[in-house]
Amino acid sequence: MSDPISITEEAVDEAVTAALQAIAAATTSLELKAARTAFTGESSALARLNALLRSVPAEQKAALGKLVGQARARVGQAVAAREGELVAAEESARLAAEALDVTAVATRWRAGARHPLSLLMEQMSDIFVAMGWEVAEGPELENEWFNFDAMNFDEDHPARAMQDTFFVDPVESHLLLRTHTSPVQIRSLLERPLPVYVVAPGRVFRTDELDATHTPVFHQIEGLAIDRGLTMAHLRGTLEHLARAMFGEDARIRLRPNYFPFTEPSAEMDVWQPNAKGGARWVEWGGCGMVNANVLRSAGIDPEEFQGFAFGMGIERTLQFRNEMNDMRDMVEGDIRFSQQFGMVV
Amino acid sequence: MRVPISWLREYVDLPEAATPEDILASLVAVGFEEEDVHRFGVTGPVVVGQVLAFTPEPQSNGKTINWCQVDVGEPEPRGIVCGAHNFVVGDKVVVSLPGAVLPGPFPIAARTTYGHVSDGMIASARELGLGDEHDGILRLASLGLDPAVGTDALALLGLDDVAVEINVTPDRGYAFSLRGVAREYSHSTGAAFRDPALRVPPREGRGFAVSVDDAAPIRGRVGCSVFVTRVVRGIDPSLATPTWMISRLALAGIRSISLVVDITNYVMLELGQPTHGYDLDRLRGGITVRRARPGETLTTLDDQVRALHPEDLLITDDSGPIGLAGVMGGASTEIGSSTTNVLVEAANFDPVSIARSARRHKLPSEASKRFERGVDPLVATAAAARVVELLVDLGGGVADDLGSTLIEASAPVSVSLRDGFVAALIGVDYSAAEVEGTLAEIGATVERVPGGYTVTPPSWRPDLTDAATLAEEVARIVGYERIPSVLPVAPPGRGLSRAQRLRRSLSTALAAGGLTEVLSYPFLSRGTVDAFSPAADAPLPAVALANPLDAAAPLLRPTLLPGLVETARRNLSRGLTDLALFEVGTVVQPEPGARYGSAALPAGGAHPGDTALAALNASIPPQHWHVGALFLGDAITKQPGQPAVPSGIADALAAVSQIAAALGTRITVDRGEHSALHPGRTARLLVGEVEVGVAGELLPALAQELDLPRVVAVVELDLDALIATAPAEVTPHPIVAMPAATQDLSLIIPIETAAGQVLDTVIEGAGPLLEHASLVDDYRGAGVHPGHKSLTFALRFRAPDRTLTQAEATEAKNAAVALAQLRHGAVLRE
Repeated sequence: MSDPISITEEAVDEAVTAALQAIAAATTSLELKAARTAFTGESSALARLNALLRSVPAEQKAALGKLVGQARARVGQAVAAREGELVAAEESARLAAEALDVTAVATRWRAGARHPLSLLMEQMSDIFVAMGWEVAEGPELENEWFNFDAMNFDEDHPARAMQDTFFVDPVESHLLLRTHTSPVQIRSLLERPLPVYVVAPGRVFRTDELDATHTPVFHQIEGLAIDRGLTMAHLRGTLEHLARAMFGEDARIRLRPNYFPFTEPSAEMDVWQPNAKGGARWVEWGGCGMVNANVLRSAGIDPEEFQGFAFGMGIERTLQFRNEMNDMRDMVEGDIRFSQQFGMVV
Repeated sequence: MRVPISWLREYVDLPEAATPEDILASLVAVGFEEEDVHRFGVTGPVVVGQVLAFTPEPQSNGKTINWCQVDVGEPEPRGIVCGAHNFVVGDKVVVSLPGAVLPGPFPIAARTTYGHVSDGMIASARELGLGDEHDGILRLASLGLDPAVGTDALALLGLDDVAVEINVTPDRGYAFSLRGVAREYSHSTGAAFRDPALRVPPREGRGFAVSVDDAAPIRGRVGCSVFVTRVVRGIDPSLATPTWMISRLALAGIRSISLVVDITNYVMLELGQPTHGYDLDRLRGGITVRRARPGETLTTLDDQVRALHPEDLLITDDSGPIGLAGVMGGASTEIGSSTTNVLVEAANFDPVSIARSARRHKLPSEASKRFERGVDPLVATAAAARVVELLVDLGGGVADDLGSTLIEASAPVSVSLRDGFVAALIGVDYSAAEVEGTLAEIGATVERVPGGYTVTPPSWRPDLTDAATLAEEVARIVGYERIPSVLPVAPPGRGLSRAQRLRRSLSTALAAGGLTEVLSYPFLSRGTVDAFSPAADAPLPAVALANPLDAAAPLLRPTLLPGLVETARRNLSRGLTDLALFEVGTVVQPEPGARYGSAALPAGGAHPGDTALAALNASIPPQHWHVGALFLGDAITKQPGQPAVPSGIADALAAVSQIAAALGTRITVDRGEHSALHPGRTARLLVGEVEVGVAGELLPALAQELDLPRVVAVVELDLDALIATAPAEVTPHPIVAMPAATQDLSLIIPIETAAGQVLDTVIEGAGPLLEHASLVDDYRGAGVHPGHKSLTFALRFRAPDRTLTQAEATEAKNAAVALAQLRHGAVLRE
């Protein structure tokens, strides 16, 4: 800076005015930064005036110091204010530029789904797990003894004939695809300490051709409770609890006499479905009864000491009437549109 | 069982206004599920008419029709066109008038035909639903009827009757009869029951030789315990079955054949006792009941020659077999159109023997159905007497003294019933009167003994064998609605097992990751199993079904992949082209060369013993839970600002990571081989050194053969093995808050070296200060030797107790380089 200067009001005003003009003229952060460097940097007029303060006489130091200090503060405030304006303007311009059509944003996440039959089995199992029952399992390819003999099916029982049961080749090997989840009953009684309270969801097989109401591969959930002093009243209570948990507080159970080799007495179970779409109704739901003494004996349990009940229902059938579905084929074909209607909830 | 209501009314007091639905509801309450309601499907006006005159009129189509004038009880006769010729003037016939509907439904209207307005129709028996006779119109004289003109023909012919159909469970054979159903209706409603078995006085017969010679009883039971015969002579073969019997039989689902056969069927329906009529004049000598001999044959009533099995129980005379006992009669002694002398048989056969014969010869008959479920052994004499009575009354025959009465049925076994047993099983405090009264009502003899009862079941209830069966009788007849609702309290449970929890968590993770769960059928063809076997020269062993639904697909899946592929094909065929599917299910994996199964089974009803139980368990081929997934089409579809991302092996391996995370295990990836997969895009999946699965893209040729797109990525893992090897619980490292030092590392290595192995080496070589390493670049081209690639790893170092210096990090990195150089010949790229 060639011109010698001295600290005067005029000189300070001139420097401030020039600075304020340049700051006001800046239209971008970059220009503002340049203006700040030019008017407040080391070589700026204000900086030089400030430097002169070191050499002013002591009696003027306070007044001139105040003059220069106030000037620098004004310029500093102007920079900050302008900076705020420019940042806000630039940010809003950027936001405007970044605007998207949120109704058509690209999706990078594929929606998956559980199968509703799986979800329903889990939901029904959980109702029992919450009461302290456990979930038992057994093989789908079974020995005939577990599927039939131990379940009190006579060796000449018609259900053992080829028309219902898938037998493994050769038939003399006595292996089959389980026709019901009931072999899990006998396995639970053989493997678990008494008392036994278990449910067994799983896949079962019958030689039915696939149509709207039949499928050769389907699912059941079986329940078994063996303890001291269990009665058919406990059976009804358990089924009623299940019905309420699934169909609401107004659901009820109706028992009708029936016959199964593995229970005595036996009953067909209907459920009063209060929330059915077409209006409340009775629906056939499954079979149940007091476990036949021969089943207990097959597991080495003394029927004089322990007794209990068993029940079973079809999962496909349950889904069919619970969710108002007419065609069972939708459940077995694996069309992704079917499961995706359910997502993670049945 | 179909039950004509007019017939039921004969044996039990039905309320006058009872509808079929009311009757069904009462039967449901005692354990007979409703199946259907059957009607003739004829509605009026259908009346008796008399042919006053008719004119035959030849037609251009070669037929001759009769233009008839028929008196239907109106002031003027009606003109009716009739194509039949089996009548004469004066015959009384059945006329359906306009407005009537015949079965079909076939509505009758006055219509112009063959140049006349036909004002109704003269009906044949078949048109009325009364049988198959369609050779001409129904002449009422042929039924022995001469009603007044204008009479309502529906009531006259029993066409206004209705049958309810119920399902009879296998333990209640006695309910395959009007007698049984009437009794049950009485149990349900309290209505008065009249036992038809007590209606006809038994008739003695003697002199006809009958013997039972069972040399090979099945399961220790003699095949025949009751054999009653009676003879009726001089039956008029021209006499027709009365219409009331025809209509009842028709409603019950049995076709009218001839008077004698109809009577035997009628009595079977009435009493539940199958009966058979032999043409006495064609019988040779007496009757012997015995098992078939090797090589014997029998021509049955349906003119089929049956090769007999040594277990088949036969009715024989001096000429040889004349009937397959309890299943079907023989042709040689069949009642014919000239039969006048009849031997009536009412016998009782062992259920198992009959069931096996009926099944063996595929001859489920009305008789075998009843014998299989057990027939009241004491009703045979009543049934024989009833057949004789009907043959005399309806057939004009004369009862003969000739006959036989062989009854060796064992008496019903008494059951002891403890006081309180029924209440303790059912949960209802039945009074002693309720228990005793109910058992007496079902026909049991109840004897009071100290502490309880001795109950002797009636002869028609072989199912009542223990106290629980008696308890069921009390419960069902008092009514199941008496049973209260009590929720039992189970002991505290342990929740889901670890495997169950992890399988659920896995399924949830995959679904959350965008995959859709499918449940596919497990049936495969040999060709499919071969195509999906890991090694082309070692086809996977698979268990075959003896009776598959589809003979081409008898094998049980040893792998989930074909099922996923099949499901993908179905979706593709429906235009769903972007798929991510998964299945969690079991596979059957027999060991190569192993034999499974049991030669013989232990009896039920007793613990088989630990050795036998272990053998039973060992007889079953291994079945493991697997998880499989399949991807095809786009993983991310094309959208504005988003190009399509095609799916491939990357998705399969991403699923592997997802699975590993869900199970809390670490699955490593190595190059693999699989005969169904792309040789350059196959990954072996390992836990430690153990192979647990495979991932890759289908061999393009296989994909093409299956009509799939070229890129189909699949993965399959042994879920049981994953869960077994996964740590039972997580041992976390403490989280260190010291600053990290990050460095990049580029190594030049031969192209064929697997990057995953180099990464493992880097991690191992860098030592404990390395917190995380990932591969961020694979560069080939300028600056890198041909045949080589430059792999860049991002490394993050951290020390637990201090701020790391760059020098320390570099030292650790150099250790990694040194090991990579040693293992893979890697060179640091500066």
